[in-house]
Amino acid sequence: MFKRAFSAGLLGVNGCVIQVEADVSDGLPGFHMVGFLASEVKEAEQRVRTAIKNSGFTLPPKKVTINLSPANLRKEGTGYDFSIAIAVLSAHGIIKSEILESSGFLGELGLDGSLKPVRGVLSMVLAMGKTGIRRCFLPEENVQEGLAGEVMEIVKVQTLAELVSLIRDPDSIVYEKADENTSQPPISYSVDFSEVNGQLLMRRATEVAVAGRHNLLYIGPPGSGKSMMASRIPTIMPKLSREEQMEISQIYSICGLLPPGQALMGLRPFRAPHHTITAQALAGGGSRPRPGEISLASRGVLFLDELPEFQRQTLEILRQPLEEHRVTVARISGSFEFPAHFMLVSAMNPCPCGYYPDRKRCRCSKMQVRRYADRISRPLLDRIDICVEASSVAFEEIRTKQKNESSETIRKRVEMARKIQRARFADTGIYFNSEMGGRQIERFCELGATEEQFLEKIYKRLSLSARGCHKILKVARTIADLEQSEQILQSHLAEAVSYREIEEIYWGGQGEREKLTNQSFSKQEHKSQFTAKK
Amino acid sequence: MGKECEKKNDKKEKNEAEKMKNEEEKKGKEKNRKEKNENPEKEREVLYWLSKLVILGAVSIRKIQEHFRSLGAFYEMMFESGFSFACTSKEGVNNIEEKSTVEAFLERECPFLSKRQQMAILSHRANYETCKAEFEELSERGMRFVIWCDEEYPEKLREIYDYPMGLFVRGKLPDQNHPVVAVVGARGCSEYGEQLAERFSMTLAENGVQIVSGLASGIDGASHRGALRAGKPTFGVLGCGVNICYPSENFRIYEEMGRTGGILSEFGPDTPPKAMNFPMRNRIISGMADAIVVVEARARSGSLITADLGMEQGREIFALPGRVTDHLSEGCNHLIQQGAHLVTSPEDVLQFLGVKYQKKLIIHEKNVNGLAKKEKLVYSCLDFKPKHLDQIVAQTGLGISDCMGILLELELGGYVFRSANHYYGKKSDMWENG
Repeated sequence: MFKRAFSAGLLGVNGCVIQVEADVSDGLPGFHMVGFLASEVKEAEQRVRTAIKNSGFTLPPKKVTINLSPANLRKEGTGYDFSIAIAVLSAHGIIKSEILESSGFLGELGLDGSLKPVRGVLSMVLAMGKTGIRRCFLPEENVQEGLAGEVMEIVKVQTLAELVSLIRDPDSIVYEKADENTSQPPISYSVDFSEVNGQLLMRRATEVAVAGRHNLLYIGPPGSGKSMMASRIPTIMPKLSREEQMEISQIYSICGLLPPGQALMGLRPFRAPHHTITAQALAGGGSRPRPGEISLASRGVLFLDELPEFQRQTLEILRQPLEEHRVTVARISGSFEFPAHFMLVSAMNPCPCGYYPDRKRCRCSKMQVRRYADRISRPLLDRIDICVEASSVAFEEIRTKQKNESSETIRKRVEMARKIQRARFADTGIYFNSEMGGRQIERFCELGATEEQFLEKIYKRLSLSARGCHKILKVARTIADLEQSEQILQSHLAEAVSYREIEEIYWGGQGEREKLTNQSFSKQEHKSQFTAKK
Repeated sequence: MGKECEKKNDKKEKNEAEKMKNEEEKKGKEKNRKEKNENPEKEREVLYWLSKLVILGAVSIRKIQEHFRSLGAFYEMMFESGFSFACTSKEGVNNIEEKSTVEAFLERECPFLSKRQQMAILSHRANYETCKAEFEELSERGMRFVIWCDEEYPEKLREIYDYPMGLFVRGKLPDQNHPVVAVVGARGCSEYGEQLAERFSMTLAENGVQIVSGLASGIDGASHRGALRAGKPTFGVLGCGVNICYPSENFRIYEEMGRTGGILSEFGPDTPPKAMNFPMRNRIISGMADAIVVVEARARSGSLITADLGMEQGREIFALPGRVTDHLSEGCNHLIQQGAHLVTSPEDVLQFLGVKYQKKLIIHEKNVNGLAKKEKLVYSCLDFKPKHLDQIVAQTGLGISDCMGILLELELGGYVFRSANHYYGKKSDMWENG
């Protein structure tokens, strides 16, 4: 007899419904599973047969064929156990019910017939909801996550035997209700900006960066509070919307990183991978692609401490996600897309010893300073709009009793600026000032006559590039938004200029003083001269 | 009493005798020089050959030269006269008996050379031809080899005990009719030090002084840069071959200096920059100079070595004073304690050199009369040592964005420089008073 049951698998971050078909026929007794299965899915045979036996059912010696459809998708994970068992039982005629056609089953089976939790339930429930499945049977641990999807009824099941009795008597099914405690995730952070003493400049720059979601680079000596400041950035970002919560929770659910007893992520993520991280771990990968750190940081902050210590190759991977806000991972099993709406915050020491330009402590030569900073590639640097230097903190500042501004106050200002941006970009498909392209800058960053002159002066004196100029305009736009000013004023431009990275000192640009020696000699000429002589 | 008097008399006599001796020696030296001019090319060749031997120092070579009257004569007696014909074969020393005669000759004639040095000279004989070929290529590669008996060789340098017998030169050597001043200092220096080194050298160069330094990063580079900005020749003494620019960050200076001034080194072309060579070149820097200006130096630093060598060589030392707590001024303050001149402006050096100068020179802050009130306030909080923006904000009581705006204006106006992203310092200015 042919019967089927519904389950779901994962494709990247999204779920997809899998039909488990079972057929029992005469022939040589056996258990055959097909449908592009990974080894853990094939092993389900042993778990399912033993669990059925131990739940008190006897299977007659017949030929059983299982197919997981669509058969061209690779199936991985242990979540199919449950649905396979159901399909087998109904194909043998042990359970008969109408409700099987409109139900989904997720869970791993133990040999004793007990049900164990699986990863990625949220995505799978959402996918099943879309195809018209009305209820889903889940192991106890996954129930809250299933409820968070809010697309179908959820039934808690502990053992296979319990399920069989429930299906035989559908009226006894109890649908779970959302638990107030777990479905409303905590929305207050354990850290706060008021704990950061001093560092006025860094505070200000951080606020500007968050308001326009500009990527940020801190430069400063060790122990100056770079990491402390960075870890508090999520606290001044606007609160997560319901959609954002769902998006983040799906990713965390797939990785099995949801906090225990919590169905949804209520806080913006803060990910700080160590600098030895590989490119795959950062972008996502593996033969069965899983989201990497940049996806885990989506809607939150990706903090790269000691930026020059990261492998260059690893950092280069950030380029595409920083532009497109998603990352595509192509593997033999298919190409997967993960979200990457993160704000990049990075920190570095100014030189190998960390104390430049404090000449009392730092003995690094200019060349060393430059070489250290040069480890960061130009293209990545181009995507960082704000670069700010941390001062070493004075004792009075550490011990001050003065009340600092709290995250709450800063967040209100940020939210205001974000609101202005939302209204501005309503029909453009972007959301933040940092995302503006050339044409949008022209449209939204119009300058008055005096400001135009001022910018020209800066452009010429500081020998900026076109890209540098765009960066300044974007940041100035955000500063103006923070002050709720329609027009970009000279003071906004001046502040934005101060946040640009100084190439002459850190990034090998030729210094101003070198230029003054009015030389007409180029390195090439020198080379040709020498080779000719040799 | 009487005994003491006798002793004193003895001393006087001794002193006089020594003086006489010295004078005689000097005359002898001059005589030497004239004699040696007979065949300077052979002399140059042999010196080039000998200078390839790392084991032979400048003093050893000088002793050989003094003993045999000329290096050419030494070479001839060693290898080209009858008793050592066996050694002239390309394989070098192969006949034991013959070898022993040459050895015996060296042992007898040159007791001032160690056994190892003697052996090295003997086995180095085989390289003579390749050395000669290399030597002939020098001019093609844009270099010259100036030796002690040349007219061009700096007279002052010859006065020191261990003067290099030969100098490799790209460009020219300092003009002997004009004063030479060495401006040296730390490599990892402050912005303040760099600014002052540049200003000092520029003013000195403008007044006809030739600047010598070591082309290192930091103060050395800045002083060369200053002289170049004045459009005057400047001279760099390297610790590597003159065809190598080390450190490469000073490439522009190196090039410009090679064209208008000169690059010199006692080390042969292609010698890589080795740490051990750099203290050695310091004696040449101090030896060539009439006066040495130390801008910034840490305690126990290379710049202090230069100053110490200079002191031994009887050069005048000038040091820029600094704050007691500044590590970079420790060396300078120490020098002043030891009796170096304290300089506050290039004028002091010019006065010592007896150079006439037109204007009174004082290192000054920029004139801030043209600035607005807030700008003056911010400017007054700054120092030559860069400060972080946070400190400026705390001191002025202005808002961050206000401060940024003002500092940008000041930067654009050339009053302020940024040493790092958010560190600001005053720019110094040479102010001319009547």
